[in-house]
Amino acid sequence: MSDKKARSQGAVQTTGHAWDGDIQEFNNPLPTWWLWAFYATVVFALIYWVLYPAWPVGGSFTKGMFNDITFVDSDGSVKTTHWNTRALLIRDLKEGKEARLSQEYMSKVADASYAQILADPEMMAYTRSVAKGLFGDNCAACHGAGGQGVIGLFPNLADDAWLWGGSIEQVHKTIADGRYGFMPAFSDTFDAKQLRDVASYVLSLSGNPVDGVARARGEKIFQTQEGGCHYCHTPAGTGLKSQGAANLTDQIWTIADVNGTDDPAVKLERVEKVISGGVQRQMPHWSERLTPAQIKLLTVYVHELGGGQ
Amino acid sequence: MIKHENIETNAGLLIVLTLIVISIGGLVEIVPLFYINDTVEKVSGVRPYTPLELRGRDIYQREGCYLCHSQMVRPFRDEWLRYGHYSLAAESQYDHPFQWGSKRTGPDLARVGGKYSNAWHVAHLINPRDVVPQSIMPNYPWLQTTDLDYSDVQARMRALKKTGVPYSETQAEFDRNVAAFGPETANKLDILHAEENLMQQALTNDYDGQRDRVTEMDALVAYLQVLGTMVDFSKYDEGYFAEFR
Ligand code: HEC
Ligand code: HEC
Ligand code: HEC
Repeated sequence: MSDKKARSQGAVQTTGHAWDGDIQEFNNPLPTWWLWAFYATVVFALIYWVLYPAWPVGGSFTKGMFNDITFVDSDGSVKTTHWNTRALLIRDLKEGKEARLSQEYMSKVADASYAQILADPEMMAYTRSVAKGLFGDNCAACHGAGGQGVIGLFPNLADDAWLWGGSIEQVHKTIADGRYGFMPAFSDTFDAKQLRDVASYVLSLSGNPVDGVARARGEKIFQTQEGGCHYCHTPAGTGLKSQGAANLTDQIWTIADVNGTDDPAVKLERVEKVISGGVQRQMPHWSERLTPAQIKLLTVYVHELGGGQ
Repeated sequence: MIKHENIETNAGLLIVLTLIVISIGGLVEIVPLFYINDTVEKVSGVRPYTPLELRGRDIYQREGCYLCHSQMVRPFRDEWLRYGHYSLAAESQYDHPFQWGSKRTGPDLARVGGKYSNAWHVAHLINPRDVVPQSIMPNYPWLQTTDLDYSDVQARMRALKKTGVPYSETQAEFDRNVAAFGPETANKLDILHAEENLMQQALTNDYDGQRDRVTEMDALVAYLQVLGTMVDFSKYDEGYFAEFR
């Protein structure tokens, strides 16, 4: 209160302007701490301009001094450049503390054979922790965080049933080169009755109770030129791994959601739908996106996820 | 001399002078980038979007995807490990406006091209939770059921051409594109055949899995699948890119 009074009595300097006759503007000095902070930023800027890239000059710019970065380029040559984030990153990826640590293991993994990795608990522990991150960044969007997949779209990797084979070599090939799961659509080949017949036979292969007469007619379609199913699924129905053709004799379904219902009629419908519509599923190839060592880690990880074979 | 009091009592003058002061800050930062030689990396492969990709990009903006997704991988170790090579200035040279974004509610999309299959994108855009159970991304089911309106694609390409994107209209411009991008790409950048090219790309690739129609889904997925795929990084030494900073 008394402060305010002092001001109105002219103890504080005013700017000298008067609006509407009597409205005046005080002219208080800046707080000292604020002023010093301001000077400090000015000094900081001056030092920064000397050390770091800053001012444009003609077609180029001042590059800074005393903090050049020396890094090893992709071709192995050693280069030195002015301070910049890209060079910093190259150096960090090769020589940073974390990079060194992971490189030590990575190069060990890169040099080791699959058999060696599988036999070495320390490398396996490293593989699990790193591959889990890689799987999350690259594979989980399709196969799910735990590899459980999405029925109809993306296969389950956590069970021990494999479309393309569960050996290390086959899993490696799947990841590096990608896979194209293809089964032709039979909508033009079969009429509704034939479709029902062959679907009945397919369901019977995994022990589902079906109409015996339809099953017998379906077997003929499956095992002869008429349907040609046996070419890919084999006469026994166990599937050709080289074609990625599903095993139809187990309880595991990757496209037709047979286990999702108890109603035999709906089961039949779901199988019919797959046969009439065919299948086209794309597993992308990763040989360009991931390094050979990363693919190795993922192969071991997925192989283990599915129980290994 | 203008006196302080004159400025304070004249709103129009105050606005003009304020604008001048503010624009100096912007100009000092932006203008040098136009004449500094080392701004845009000289890499091959970067081309303007095809008509279909361009429409996809429009839909990307219409739906506000940029509010949750950036398209700018920064030169940091963790981003390098997760997304791949950091973005180059050259890669967004034909983007008007650029889609760098500033908010990552979802992941960066600068290198999403080729990472997933078309079928995944379609399923994911219709309902993200069908494929990523914990996702908080909204559903965009209408993309799959709305036919793509491409009646004004030529006008859109002409507008971009005014900003310097090398779409061609005359024979001379076409020849220049053949020299710069090769005949196959030059064809796709030809404004006069834009509709044909758009139809052809949509029908041959069938991004949305519906053979008989060209939907907004076709366009958006075509766009997503080309993001970050134009530069072949194996052709360059990393040190080369460091010269541009
Ligand atoms: C765009 C979705 C997608 C992504 C991303 C994806 N996959 Fe796949 N993956 C598939 C599809 C679809 C199949 C089934 C192909 C088929 O039908 O034959 C598959 C099949 C597989 C198989 C073979 C399964 C079997 O039963 O033989 C393995 C192994 C596999 N993926 C591993 C991976 C790994 C590891 C990654 C990450 C690097 C990955 N996938 C990323 C879609 C994807
Ligand atoms: C060209 C080879 C080929 C032929 C011929 C073929 N299939 Fe298939 N079939 C496949 C492949 C490959 C898959 C698995 C696709 C995938 O997982 O992506 C499959 C999957 C299936 C499935 C789904 C299995 C599941 O787990 O959900 C059924 C059912 C099926 N086939 C039945 C048939 C019948 C019936 C016929 C004959 C009318 C037939 N197939 C002919 C290749 C073939
Ligand atoms: C509310 C924020 C939000 C909006 C808006 C949004 N997304 Fe997403 N998006 C996410 C989140 C969160 C994820 C991660 C989870 C997932 O994969 O669904 C994601 C993931 C993605 C991915 C997978 C990226 C990867 O590398 O795994 C793509 C592609 C994508 N979004 C495209 C789009 C497109 C196209 C649009 C506009 C039509 C869009 N998003 C709008 C939040 C959003």
